[in-house]
Amino acid sequence: MKRLALLLGLIVALSLVVTSCAPKPGVIKIGVNAELTGGIPVIGQSCKNAAELFVEEVNKAGGTEVGGRKYTIQLLIEDNEDKAESAAAAALKLHTAGVLLMIGPNASRNAIPAAEVAETNKMPMISPWSTNPKTTIDPKTGKPKKYVFRACFIDDFQGVVAAKFGVELGVKKPAVLFDVASEYNKGIAEVFKKTVEELGYPVVAYETYTTGDKDFSAQLTKIIAAGADGLFLPNYYSEVPLQVQQARKLGFKGIIFGSDSWGNLELIDLCGMDCDGLYFTTHYAPDIATPQAQAFIKAYQAKYGKVPDDVAALTYDAFGIAVTAIKQAGKIDREAVVEALRKISRYEGVTGVLEYRGTGDPIKSAVVLKVDVPGKKFTYYTTAKP
Amino acid sequence: MQTFFQQILNALQLGSVYALIALGYSMVYGIITLINFAHGDIFMVSTYVAFFVGSALMAYAFKLPGLITFLLTMLASMFFTAFLAVMIERFAYRPLRKAPRVSAVITALGVGLFLENFTLATIGPHPRFLPPIIPVHRFTIFGIATSNIQLIIIFVSAIVMFLLDTIVRRTMVGMAMRAISWDKFTVPLMGVPMDRIISITFALGASIAAVGGTLYGFVYTIDPYMGIRIGWWAFISAVIGGIGNIRGAMLGGYLLGLVEIFTPVILPSSTYRDFVAFSLLLLLLIFRPYGLLGRPVTMKV
Amino acid sequence: MGKVKSLISAFKERWDAFYSSWPEPVKRAAVPGLVAFFFLASIFFPAWGIINLYWQQVLIYVGINIILTLSLNLVNGYMGEFSVGHAGFMAVGAYVSSILTVWVFPKLGLSQYTPYLFPLALIIGGLAAGLTGLVVAFPSFRTRGDYLAIVTLSWNMIVKSVLENIEAIGGPRGFMGMPKLTSLAWVYVWVVITIWLIRNLVYSNYGRGALSIREDEIAASLVSVDTRTVKIVTFMIASFFAGIAGGLYAHVLVFINPKAFSILKSTDILVMVYLGGIGSIGGSILGATVYTVLLELLRPLQVWRWVIGPLLLVFLMIFRPHGIMGMREWKFLMPPEERPESWRKERELFVLPKLASAKANPLNPEK
Repeated sequence: MKRLALLLGLIVALSLVVTSCAPKPGVIKIGVNAELTGGIPVIGQSCKNAAELFVEEVNKAGGTEVGGRKYTIQLLIEDNEDKAESAAAAALKLHTAGVLLMIGPNASRNAIPAAEVAETNKMPMISPWSTNPKTTIDPKTGKPKKYVFRACFIDDFQGVVAAKFGVELGVKKPAVLFDVASEYNKGIAEVFKKTVEELGYPVVAYETYTTGDKDFSAQLTKIIAAGADGLFLPNYYSEVPLQVQQARKLGFKGIIFGSDSWGNLELIDLCGMDCDGLYFTTHYAPDIATPQAQAFIKAYQAKYGKVPDDVAALTYDAFGIAVTAIKQAGKIDREAVVEALRKISRYEGVTGVLEYRGTGDPIKSAVVLKVDVPGKKFTYYTTAKP
Repeated sequence: MQTFFQQILNALQLGSVYALIALGYSMVYGIITLINFAHGDIFMVSTYVAFFVGSALMAYAFKLPGLITFLLTMLASMFFTAFLAVMIERFAYRPLRKAPRVSAVITALGVGLFLENFTLATIGPHPRFLPPIIPVHRFTIFGIATSNIQLIIIFVSAIVMFLLDTIVRRTMVGMAMRAISWDKFTVPLMGVPMDRIISITFALGASIAAVGGTLYGFVYTIDPYMGIRIGWWAFISAVIGGIGNIRGAMLGGYLLGLVEIFTPVILPSSTYRDFVAFSLLLLLLIFRPYGLLGRPVTMKV
Repeated sequence: MGKVKSLISAFKERWDAFYSSWPEPVKRAAVPGLVAFFFLASIFFPAWGIINLYWQQVLIYVGINIILTLSLNLVNGYMGEFSVGHAGFMAVGAYVSSILTVWVFPKLGLSQYTPYLFPLALIIGGLAAGLTGLVVAFPSFRTRGDYLAIVTLSWNMIVKSVLENIEAIGGPRGFMGMPKLTSLAWVYVWVVITIWLIRNLVYSNYGRGALSIREDEIAASLVSVDTRTVKIVTFMIASFFAGIAGGLYAHVLVFINPKAFSILKSTDILVMVYLGGIGSIGGSILGATVYTVLLELLRPLQVWRWVIGPLLLVFLMIFRPHGIMGMREWKFLMPPEERPESWRKERELFVLPKLASAKANPLNPEK
């Protein structure tokens, strides 16, 4: 058996030599950690689309110039399967593959562990869509992380916007149903509850479920029995339709509203008329696009045949920030890029103006959109400034 | 009080689906003492078949009345799923009939994984709904909110279960199935075509799961990984009721429906569901290893 | 096929001739020497950058899987039980060791010593997992086969569910913040320790007891094998090592959540055991290595990786249910008395002469 071991050892040694890869000259490797399979595949797909669009635009123009030399961008896309441990493993994989920085993941439940891995391995990371504050905060010290940034506002802001909006709509007995197994949902539900109680409207029902549950009748029955007149559903587009339908079926007649995790047209396909006229807070609205944003929307539509959603727009901005930082760093080095990222104080992207004040979290405005089922789109309703 | 009955109705809906799937587990175990871990994924495939057939019928067929479309979809789903189950039995389980039990169980796990990921790879991960073949009507009886679909689920399941019970107790095929589960070695000597009966058992179990699948697809979204959770809960139902026992499977299914609904009512969070279900199972196995309606098996030394 | 076989046997003969030409001291030092060499390699190759980061990762995962596979093989292979919830023990080890490195050590003011206290954290995690192994050991006294499978499965799910409900360690959202302490060197050390301990256990009285339980439990108890103690010891040691593997896993991924330790993970470990071959230490090592590396190599296929994997498993079960090395073992792991050449020699020296003399003198066998 020793001979077999020797043979195996030779094979292993050979493959180690063959596969040690160094980046080709003139190429910047950027990793994308996206939810391509799992419960929210449309989000990963939008992220991937926007990433590929951006890279295509840059490479077509001959690449980007860094430190006097032209570089093309190479994308390494990893699927995190919308699972927290896979997101961490994918981040580790991208790190060992030698990417300059990582864009993604999008869902906070995946972004938070991936951010932990990025920080430990000193790899810069920009999450386009993760709004939970924990992504950029070190759990041990409570201080902002050094290597992790994001392109969107955080839920400390969004939760307040949602709460104030709910009260504006006339909700006096709010209830919440959220996924307790997912960081984003739990985080924003907590901020919502705190804000709405500060405004003088205590929550009458605060029910939970676990990712992947399909039947919410037990929780919804409790909510209705508690006499709620407003239901906040800060959950992802694939679960909200079931929740809305079951709520209506059980006789809930109050106002239902949500947060940026709704922001996908797939919601309309899955939900039908039950979701018509409902509101949610989010990052950007195609209706009120700036000229810069319009150019992006046109290019995206030309390439993919649909209007980009907020994930796509934010991914595009994340790449924009990344490339700006790389250019300012002047060299292909993670430390230099991180320094440059931290120095950016203002960035104008397709999702609006991002102002960074020393941490990885930008200050931005939020918008409220209304679901228009017959028109198969989301229409702009109002803006909320920080 | 009203809330309580509302919850009971919710539990009946879920319980019916679990019961239908649990039957498949019980029947297969009864006849070849194999825990068919792939059954949950067979259920998942049946929902996708219902989805495609239903969508096709709605889009292309000359406007048939809703009831006919519904029946056609369900029958198509039953047929294809039964076919799939028989194929799996023929190619994956039959070669292992003489092999140690372990190999068969691992094969079952492997087949299940294969089905999930194959569906994921070919059809895609997007959750979907079955098209509204029967338009939904919501109404309230005695203050309890319900819908026509919910009642259809509960009644159709009950009818199917009653039919199965009749088949098993009153027909020759059913008698053959029960005979084989009592004594696997002598029965073939009596001229019972064992292979055929086993295939029929698989086909029956899968068709019943398909009924559950079609009904399920109307109220919940379907995705390639749903078979895992539902499969495990149906499996627990079968074991709690007494694996190998058909009435036990039905009982277990409804019991688990109650557990699923009432756990978040009594305990603070729905994350306790798995804990409650599996703890019940474990406790039952320690004190009554053969399930609620099962009977002990003695072994000769 | 025949040509390949003859090539292999020619190679075998050449190697055997070469090996027997070594003087005794060199033969004795061969295995320990290799072990020491690879230990030094595991420290210096990463430091010198000879192996790139990616393959270092893969090797670490291979090591962790080897420990897991060996520990499960102890219960399923050598003792013939049907334990399918092994990931539950891994979870306990992972969480306990992480709690130690993230909360307990800093609270005791030992933060800067954490890298040195890593083995202690792992061992305590392993001990905790070993204790939970008792939960599965007791039902095994009364039930076997399918029912034990269900019990172990339920236990796996219960552990996962309990972890999901403890908010303090993050619940379903996961636990993170542990330092990245697992390195190739540490993994290698633990793999060697595991192989050594399990090999010695298997060829000890407990190991023989386990084998006898596998063959026929009732007969074993009739010949005064203390089946209860053997079962307890085996289950506890198996879960101990699963706990160690869990701790190593937690400190390389820097993030753990209950979902990572579900039935899927248990199935993975089962596959590796049966792929490598039950009742064989060499088989477990091979099974773990082949499976981990194969999955990595198939990564470009993305989703199709998980279609082909289970399919391969099914084919394996149908056509070669004993795995790569079922019931066979590498010679250098067996004690000298058990090796094939020893019993061949024994046969030559003692049995054949008696047979020959019995044939020659059928009426008077003593001559």
